[in-house]
Amino acid sequence: MLRLGKITRFGVYTFLVIYVIIIITPFFMIFNNSFKTLREIFLKPFSLPEKFIMTNYIQAWNKANLLTAYMNSFFVSLVSVIGILIISSMLAYLISRYRFPFRRALYLFVIIGLALPARLAVIPIYVILNNLRLLDTRMGLILVYMATGISFATFLMKRFMDGIPIEVEESAMIDGATPWTIFRTIALPLTRPAMIVVGLVNFVGIWNDFFFPLIIINSRSKETVPLAISVFFGEYSNSWHLISAALSLSVLPIMIIFFLLSKYFIAGMTEGAIK
Amino acid sequence: MAEVRLVNVVKKFKDVIAVENVNLDIKDKEFVVLVGPSGCGKTTTLRLVAGLEELTSGDIYIDERKVNDVAPKDRDIAMVFQNYALYPHMDVYNNMAFGLKLRKFPKDEIDRRVNEAAEILGIKHLLKRKPKELSGGQRQRVAVGRAIVRKPKVFLFDEPLSNLDAKLRVQMRTELSRLHKRLEATMIYVTHDQVEAMTMGDRIVVMRDGHVQQIGAPLELYDHPVNKFVAGFIGSPAMNFIDSKVIKKDSKFYVDAESFQVKIPEKFYDKVSEIEGKDVVFGIRPEDMRDKEFVSNVDPEFIIKAKVEVIEPMGAENFLYLTSGKHYFISRVDSRTKAKEDAFIELALDMEKMHLFDPKTEKAII
Repeated sequence: MLRLGKITRFGVYTFLVIYVIIIITPFFMIFNNSFKTLREIFLKPFSLPEKFIMTNYIQAWNKANLLTAYMNSFFVSLVSVIGILIISSMLAYLISRYRFPFRRALYLFVIIGLALPARLAVIPIYVILNNLRLLDTRMGLILVYMATGISFATFLMKRFMDGIPIEVEESAMIDGATPWTIFRTIALPLTRPAMIVVGLVNFVGIWNDFFFPLIIINSRSKETVPLAISVFFGEYSNSWHLISAALSLSVLPIMIIFFLLSKYFIAGMTEGAIK
Repeated sequence: MAEVRLVNVVKKFKDVIAVENVNLDIKDKEFVVLVGPSGCGKTTTLRLVAGLEELTSGDIYIDERKVNDVAPKDRDIAMVFQNYALYPHMDVYNNMAFGLKLRKFPKDEIDRRVNEAAEILGIKHLLKRKPKELSGGQRQRVAVGRAIVRKPKVFLFDEPLSNLDAKLRVQMRTELSRLHKRLEATMIYVTHDQVEAMTMGDRIVVMRDGHVQQIGAPLELYDHPVNKFVAGFIGSPAMNFIDSKVIKKDSKFYVDAESFQVKIPEKFYDKVSEIEGKDVVFGIRPEDMRDKEFVSNVDPEFIIKAKVEVIEPMGAENFLYLTSGKHYFISRVDSRTKAKEDAFIELALDMEKMHLFDPKTEKAII
């Protein structure tokens, strides 16, 4: 185990405490203000609420049509993540385990997406979706997320698979497994930590994304959560009390998933580094 | 019944020739060991038999069936890997049952076989554990168990003991030998450890740079190596090689190493008469250079003098690191020896067991 000197350790802890405060403050303010009236927010933005009122939540839920938005967000995030995982795991496995012409070129082509922000391509994306008659559909949104998510997912999973000794799969091959069986019963279970990381990162990213729904979705019935919440941002005034309540609601699912999976998340980030 | 036959087997990786023109006939129930330094092509040869590598040219037969294009799973072989290659996410039972499940064996048959194998290997109490909860020796047993439940025609072992500590290695060595007798299966075993090769193999195949150097029973290789490489590789400490000349004096032949001369026994005269006056490499095993104190009635012409540089006591015997002129060599003597470091000692050479090699071709002359 590496150890730090006393002064260094004090410095590190100080830094971490400040960092945590910076990260938590906005969350806390939103959560705190979600129980106040708009008037109270403007008068005493930092104090605790005089009395906890739930009306903000009820009003936000109804006004922003949050039930529909939640369902849309869940559907889009989940299908996109599953799609990314299926395609990337197979692609990563192919690149990691098989030798074929233009293998490196294929890999480069996939990971070059890491360097190119998808937003730069918003106009072509719009045109393509329009031609495919996929504008204002959840499917259009899902396709965009899958396309943009595959680069990182493939990169991470390939690196992870590279760390798994190939003898395990050769052994399965001699045991009588077909390539598909090896992939399904050996490679995939062993890649689970990486898949959880990929799934989580993409789920959070897609859940919170405001940009692509804004471009692609027009109908209220197909809005995702961030888009639905945007109704509270008016041209001349913002309904801060409703915004706070709606935002608190929108981060809730992410928080729950993260707490449940954090064990795997950390394992996934470090595994492969040590084996 | 399972014979394995390799005919003119060649394997190239791009421009590198890993295995060149290997011919090998492995008989049913035979335990054959492929041995050689790292990079000699022994593992590649094994992987070719397993079907994990594709042949560049040549043929491989298992039981007279040509398997060049047969998938590994259809060759009826089992392989034990150096790093065990257990399935990390399955418990021991499922590790062993995996191959049987894929082959659609009935459940009770799988159960019977796994339990039987676990019994043989003494791992019955571990069946519910995951590989990471096992020690190296236990993992090794599971890997072997996974191979034997399938009752394959041929077992392939790729340096299965090299990740174990020294004591466990010795123990597993005898266990594997016993297993071979019990299963009566054909086994091909790859190792870089010549001790494993000598102790386990019915026959040994010595390889270097993709070529087979010599095939034979352990003692045959030990006593009659066909070249300097095999002579030096088999046996520990290795055979001593001393650059010398063959000379003739008074109608007797001698090995002349400048700093000493030893007589060549008459039975070799036929062969040495042709190389009189030529350079040779004189080879003699450390145990054939004995402390004169413990040998009686030695012809003085078999005795040489050498300076002791270092003494390594091994308990039952001592290794003496000696010099004579520009030559270095090792002698293996009785531990009661009175030899002292930096002092001279007289050694009686057992010249009946001498070897001579051609310095250019390295082929054995005697």
